[in-house]
Amino acid sequence: MTLWLTCVAFGVLCSLGLALVRVWIGPDRADRMMAAQLAGTGGVAVLILIAALQGWAGLDVALILALSGALAAVGFVKATSPDGGGDPEEEDTAGAPSETGDRNADT
Amino acid sequence: MPIPDHATLATYATYAFTGVGLFFFIAGTVGILRFPDVFSRLHALTKADNLGLGFITLGVAFQADTWRDIAVLALIWALALVAAGTVSQLIARDALAERDGR
Amino acid sequence: MTLLLDVTLCAFVLGIALAAVAGHGVFRAVVFFIVYGLLLSVAWVRLDAVNVALAEAAIGGGLTGVLLLTTYGKLARDGAEAGAMGGGFNLPVGLICAGLSGALVWAWFALPLPDAPGPQTAEALPRAGAGNPVTAVLLNFRAWDTLLESVVLLTALIGVWILGRDEDWHARLGLPQHSRPGGVMAGFGRVLPPVGFLVGVYLVYVGADHPGGAFQGGTVLAAVGLVAALAGQIRPPRISDWQWRAALVVGPLVFITSGLAGAMFFGGFLTLPADIAAGAIFAIEAALAVSIAVTLALLVIGPPQAGHRA
Repeated sequence: MTLWLTCVAFGVLCSLGLALVRVWIGPDRADRMMAAQLAGTGGVAVLILIAALQGWAGLDVALILALSGALAAVGFVKATSPDGGGDPEEEDTAGAPSETGDRNADT
Repeated sequence: MPIPDHATLATYATYAFTGVGLFFFIAGTVGILRFPDVFSRLHALTKADNLGLGFITLGVAFQADTWRDIAVLALIWALALVAAGTVSQLIARDALAERDGR
Repeated sequence: MTLLLDVTLCAFVLGIALAAVAGHGVFRAVVFFIVYGLLLSVAWVRLDAVNVALAEAAIGGGLTGVLLLTTYGKLARDGAEAGAMGGGFNLPVGLICAGLSGALVWAWFALPLPDAPGPQTAEALPRAGAGNPVTAVLLNFRAWDTLLESVVLLTALIGVWILGRDEDWHARLGLPQHSRPGGVMAGFGRVLPPVGFLVGVYLVYVGADHPGGAFQGGTVLAAVGLVAALAGQIRPPRISDWQWRAALVVGPLVFITSGLAGAMFFGGFLTLPADIAAGAIFAIEAALAVSIAVTLALLVIGPPQAGHRA
């Protein structure tokens, strides 16, 4: 069982590492960021397997890693939005940002 | 044929589910490397990798010692699903806006 | 087989670090840095340092990632040119780095390998008031260092605030964030914070005897608060809001008060007698977690910049 779990962890780690090639070559910024998301999901899987091998205290780290991946992606779409604080769902594909009722309209 | 005791069943379940999970992870990597377009790669990432994570979580849950560990595993997978759903939508729309010249 | 796993992990960490500093584009380097933080937390768990892994996962992957991405976005919007990323090899810097690495390697081999708390620590641990040796060291044996660190965080935040323009001083911190009401981002910003808050408070509470503690819980709370702020569900405060100022200083204040109480009643600054140590550590951790969470979140949100949407 220990050997099998270690092998599975090694396999997930290798597939994670291979996917990072997409960070290097990905022509779009979205390509690079989605490969980072894959690294996050793969990292959560590796941590769950390591927790099964070493001690269940590591599960909390897996929980936080899942959270951090999502946070980084939200930061990415914020950073690449036209005014630095936008939501890509507000931009319809005609290009103009739609009227949304700005919650933060107090300068 | 005698029914195997639950310790052996748990072991078989772990072998099976983690193996399937590993297969899905490899499929996700192949997808993200080989698909032609940013949107199809996003499909590979969101579906294959999270399914792989779910199977690995399920397989490892059979090896857990206490109910608390199983609950934390379930929470991890639920959080990963919610995060993946949100992130894929956001990245896809961002890529669409980028491609259409904002 | 475990050795193969560890060697592969080390190889990946080194490869990603090299790729991050290899140049060829700022965004690529930022993404590699985020992945580096993620893999480093896996490495910490392999080394059985779960406390460090908790902090690394939240900060290296999440908070620092958002900070770097926001900086990249601002540079891109201001039209700053990504100047030629020095394609060559800088010999003096290379020699200094090689010398530093060699010194570190020599130090690692020269020191004895600790695999348990040392004999003096192990002997004092039952009187420390915490079962988790990391918490006991951080908040009891070396409380002086932790107190100074919490003040350093606060000073860094003030340094960030000074970067704001004079005319923005009374505006809210950071760029105004907005999201489509009822959309995916807004929904995420509403669903995640309650769960994350629970996890953060749990980490602070359980840190006395299991991996966790004020810093780890505080960083999770900061990350979750940041998600809510980025989704536009919480508005960042103004610098003049007294409630937020109180939250920023409550941690160092409680710590200093406990230290002074130790000096007046127990014979030394920051001394904790064994019978009240557990309660005192818990009180300090609770206050410190609040301060760390607010400080880190406001550090990433940045100085007040409402006046100019770039």
